[in-house]
Amino acid sequence: MKKLFLSCLSVALLGGIAMAGGHEKGTLAAVKERGKLVCGSNTGLVGFAAPDASGNWQGFDVDMCRAVAAAVLGDPSAVEYVPLTTGTRFTALASGEVDMLSRNTTWTFSRDVDLKFEFTGVNYYDGQGFMVPKSLGVTSATELDGATVCIQTGTTTELNLADFFRVNGMNYEPVPVETNSEAQQQYLANACDVYTTDASGLAATRASFENPGDHVVLPEIISKEPLGPLVRHGDHEWGDVVRWSLNAMVAAEEYGVTSQNVAEMAKGTNNPEINRLLGSEGNLGEMLGLSPDWARNIISTVGNYGESFERNIGSSTPIGLARGLNAQWTDGGLLYSPPFR
Amino acid sequence: MMKVTEPPKPLFQLRQLIYDTKYRSLTVQAIAMCLLVLFFSWLVNNTIQNLTALGKDFDFGFLTNIAGYDINQRLIEYSSTSTHGRAALVGILNTLLVAVLGCALATMIGIVAGVLRLSKNWIIARLMTIYVEGFRNVPLLLWILIIFAVMTESTPGPRDFRAGGSASMMLFDSVAISNRGVYIPFPVWGEGSGILIFVFLLSLISVWIFKRIAASRQQQTGIILPTFWISTGIVIISSIMTFFVLGQPVSLDYPTLGGFNFRGGLQLRNSLIALWLALSLYTGAFIAEIVRSGILSVSKGQTEAAYALGLRPNRTMNLVILPQALRVIIPPLISQYLNLTKNSSLAIAVGYMDVRSTLGGITINQTGRELEGMLMLGLFYLLASLVISAVMNIYNNSVKLKGR
Repeated sequence: MKKLFLSCLSVALLGGIAMAGGHEKGTLAAVKERGKLVCGSNTGLVGFAAPDASGNWQGFDVDMCRAVAAAVLGDPSAVEYVPLTTGTRFTALASGEVDMLSRNTTWTFSRDVDLKFEFTGVNYYDGQGFMVPKSLGVTSATELDGATVCIQTGTTTELNLADFFRVNGMNYEPVPVETNSEAQQQYLANACDVYTTDASGLAATRASFENPGDHVVLPEIISKEPLGPLVRHGDHEWGDVVRWSLNAMVAAEEYGVTSQNVAEMAKGTNNPEINRLLGSEGNLGEMLGLSPDWARNIISTVGNYGESFERNIGSSTPIGLARGLNAQWTDGGLLYSPPFR
Repeated sequence: MMKVTEPPKPLFQLRQLIYDTKYRSLTVQAIAMCLLVLFFSWLVNNTIQNLTALGKDFDFGFLTNIAGYDINQRLIEYSSTSTHGRAALVGILNTLLVAVLGCALATMIGIVAGVLRLSKNWIIARLMTIYVEGFRNVPLLLWILIIFAVMTESTPGPRDFRAGGSASMMLFDSVAISNRGVYIPFPVWGEGSGILIFVFLLSLISVWIFKRIAASRQQQTGIILPTFWISTGIVIISSIMTFFVLGQPVSLDYPTLGGFNFRGGLQLRNSLIALWLALSLYTGAFIAEIVRSGILSVSKGQTEAAYALGLRPNRTMNLVILPQALRVIIPPLISQYLNLTKNSSLAIAVGYMDVRSTLGGITINQTGRELEGMLMLGLFYLLASLVISAVMNIYNNSVKLKGR
């Protein structure tokens, strides 16, 4: 009897798994069929990805997901957000649990080449900084010898930190934490003297403190952290969709297309580049496997890059980040979209 | 002459495989076996296929690459320029440390709580009931987080220990309880400390010899020597005398406040303490129940017989009840030790750098070797559990009822 049961069980198992493992389509087709984009996001970083009071995800990285959903499905709210920690994000993307990852992730050689991901651009040029309480009287990161440092595990910042202290001949005590909120709690409980992560993350974290003025971000930026969305290696159609969704937002800002005037401009302008972007000229959307008004959907619902930046993390928000490196190339920044041609 | 004709052999028919009870079980087993093999070969094949689809290979070479990250608690030399393999070893040692500390403390707590739960004192017995039910019915992860939160939120930071601060060190300025951990003095082994250790070991051997002599004397004459006081005396007096004769070779390194943190001494990090206490209290609650059931399994007649012979209650417990209870206690105790060791992988919740956090966490994340890392992790826990079982089984064999 037991043997019979066992054999039935194995048959059931086999059948079940064979059925579950039958997807070999491209991600673009899968997303269209599903009618929903599954986007890996942060577990909570104000300004970049955090649920608002009514439970809707908001933020700069979230806008990237919304832009892709708007381009592919015409609806920016057709996104299912999967909050991922630094430790789980890559496994979730590699295993196909999420379609794309938009979670302030640094573009590095080994992640691109060895981990088999494809970074589809940079939506925020960042660098690693340190935050300390003002009362500590520290003015430079080189004075941190012997400090206890809170650090999110599984990040590039963890490796930069080790390098920085080793090169400068200093000691430190790492306190590994899983998420930003955990780091915040430890830091505020004074269980660590210093919190280090990307400077944008520090600004966002500091903005959510009760007394942001009691904490300073030290002037040293110890690394380059180009943050951007990424997809699985090998699915180039899907990679193109995500890449050009980002480029569309950047180009729209460059050409002065905003969510306010996009409807007007879509009727046709005397700038052929804008016309091609918004679909009134040429067939760029078709080449991507999308509708002709894909970029128009992004800009009318999510806005251009500058609008998304100002709304979520810009100088008018509590986070108050200046554009800096993330200004358009015409304004002395690094943002430079390849031509829509 | 007679001719013996063999009875005609019944021909084997295929349907017998199902309808003949002689063959049926064989058939079912063969089918089940085939399916099982098929299932596993499919599993392996699927893994290989998916790995190639992702462009990944199966390779343990990453273990010799530079890890690049730092680990706060390390029992062996390690820096960010060491290899991933060494980082895994540091993690393994941290896991073993908390497992050994946890098993020891859990056993002590369990025995005390188990015995006290049978106490005739109503308040003590009820208090122990509350402890046991409270701890074993709340998930372990919550206890780890609660203890960690209490340790970090309610203790003073190192800055408060400065002159004029709100906190001060305890026990003649030797112990500091801070939100970074507990700092205690640490012995520094100077010149001649080898001789001291030798004398200490010698005194332990002489105590062992003395106890044997005392036991055989008790067998022959019935006179009981106060072995506890005499043996304590032997160990302490000989060690202290050597210590001073050699000119105090062992000194204590006290923690002092310097820069951001305390320096010197031994730092027991909050993550270690929280994990250790939570594991011990949680598993201790289960062990208390095991001990109680062991004691209750010894029939009341044994106690009464011991009393009738004139044994006092504590001797009855030590010489009559506990040795018999051990036979019932040990087997379930083994599985509690295994549980504790495996539960220590919850360490990541409080940032304790055990093998799950180093090999199974940061290394996997930085190298993208999920399959290899998880396999190694599984293998480690399997080996650790088997070793614990083997050791405890040897002990179990030594206390179990010997058939004569």
